[in-house]
Amino acid sequence: MSKNTVSDRFRKVDVDEYDENKFVDEEEGGENQLGPDEAEVDSLIRQGNLMGALQAVLKNPPINTKNQNVKDRAEGLVLKVLSSFKSGDIEKAVQSLDKNDVDLLMKYIYKGFEKPSENSSAVLLQWHEKALSAGGVGSIVRVLTARKTV
Amino acid sequence: MKFAWLDFSSKTSEVPGGMAYHSFLLEPITCHAWNKDRSQIALCPNNHDVHIYKKDGAKWTKVQELKEHNGQVTGIDWAPDSNRIVTCGTDRNAYVWTLKGAQWKPTLVILRINRAARCVKWSPKENKFAVGSGSRLISICYFEQENDWWVCKHIKKPIRSTVLSLDWHPNNVLLAAGSCDFKCRIFSAYIKEVEEKPGPTSWGSKMPFGEMLFESSSTTGWVHSVSFSGSGNRVAWTAHDSMIAVADGEKTATISSFVSDSLPLLCVTFITENSLVAAGHDCYPALFVYDAGKGSIAFGGKLDVPKQSAQRGVSARERFQNMDKKATSEREEATLDTLHKNSISQVSILEGGKSKCTKFCTTGMDGGMAIWEIKVRWNYSIDTVSHFTFYCTFQGKRSLINHALDSNRL
Repeated sequence: MSKNTVSDRFRKVDVDEYDENKFVDEEEGGENQLGPDEAEVDSLIRQGNLMGALQAVLKNPPINTKNQNVKDRAEGLVLKVLSSFKSGDIEKAVQSLDKNDVDLLMKYIYKGFEKPSENSSAVLLQWHEKALSAGGVGSIVRVLTARKTV
Repeated sequence: MKFAWLDFSSKTSEVPGGMAYHSFLLEPITCHAWNKDRSQIALCPNNHDVHIYKKDGAKWTKVQELKEHNGQVTGIDWAPDSNRIVTCGTDRNAYVWTLKGAQWKPTLVILRINRAARCVKWSPKENKFAVGSGSRLISICYFEQENDWWVCKHIKKPIRSTVLSLDWHPNNVLLAAGSCDFKCRIFSAYIKEVEEKPGPTSWGSKMPFGEMLFESSSTTGWVHSVSFSGSGNRVAWTAHDSMIAVADGEKTATISSFVSDSLPLLCVTFITENSLVAAGHDCYPALFVYDAGKGSIAFGGKLDVPKQSAQRGVSARERFQNMDKKATSEREEATLDTLHKNSISQVSILEGGKSKCTKFCTTGMDGGMAIWEIKVRWNYSIDTVSHFTFYCTFQGKRSLINHALDSNRL
């Protein structure tokens, strides 16, 4: 196949860049979002109350903040909670969540897939299977279409 | 009526419905529109043309090809009373077609847009039509008698992205628009040259041209389809984040939404004042019921032909192989068991209107068209549907799809 030797840089030009009607995402104040409470979650894990830890770690998701550290910390905390569950208990845990929490869990799961660490993907895959049967493909669609995510 | 495959295999073959075509390949139906008595359908077979088919007993025969557009035809609407067809396309043009004898003749309408046109709808009184486009605006076109020419006015603010779908309110003035900037809006498309000032509606009483009377709060998905209810007091829309919502004008435009487990819905229409049929990437139409009292929407069931084939058992070897390859021991179906074999992109009402629909039609990317009948049992004392029974005619056999769905149970 012949290679196009003429430059195709024009394809990367944003024709709408200087249009004053250009769509901008709504700015929702996210400066105060700190993510789930680390202390609370840690103490619940230590007590062995994993269901409680799951509920707690899904609170205050750092969706609107631009602070990447907050997001990374939240993701790490979620992963910690998810890894502490025994495989057999995952299904019950997911069943206890409401629809919004299942969507949020799905967002954290996919975020976790982006930066795999030792054994994290295996744990996340188990949670993904259960979350999928609870939330359906719709929950994955919402991970893909979310403009602001964890 | 039969399920008609508008299927053009390059070899002559028998297809369900008893037709045989041998011109060109199977193509998605981009858009379609029916004439008043539903004897003819105009559709775009994913190219620059519009084909008109006439019902011929149990078959469909092509009567004319409308060739004028230089780009894919993205929208067709057929005005039932004045018998005119309007088409719009990616060539940034719209044409109004009128029947001269046995031939459809086009008249160009200058839309003054610099991006593709995406959808077009005649107003209820057929004296105007609206075109949504990638130019982030809606062109409202009406005929100017003195100049013998179609002119258009633009509704621009505050639309920020492509307008994907439009639907008119029965008062001929209000227009709902779904757009890629994640919002469903209601605008006034009042044209003083062709109509009287409209009376107040549940969405507002001041309606100068271009006024926005309603804007939905953001979902995170492109709004694929919008539909007013038969009375115009409610508007429903579907979005790409697998969500369907209804705004109720009689309740200060409160929005109820339903977050779905399935793939995004591409088209929606009201079939009674409280019920909706929507379809999309899951390839089957689904029923949704709106409860005004609770302000909620419930999933009413999947409407599709029941599974025909019996499934054979899974051998132990297959189970092991599946576990190894796919981490599941269930045998996954490689073929769809729905009637449509690809996404459904458009739904249209055939009989009964949006208030008491008894028949609707779906077309999709599989090049197929299905006709669905509804038997409705009304509970007249509370003016809601108490029982729905759905039938679909497929290969000459009329099958019951859903047992009576009691709306009290939803």
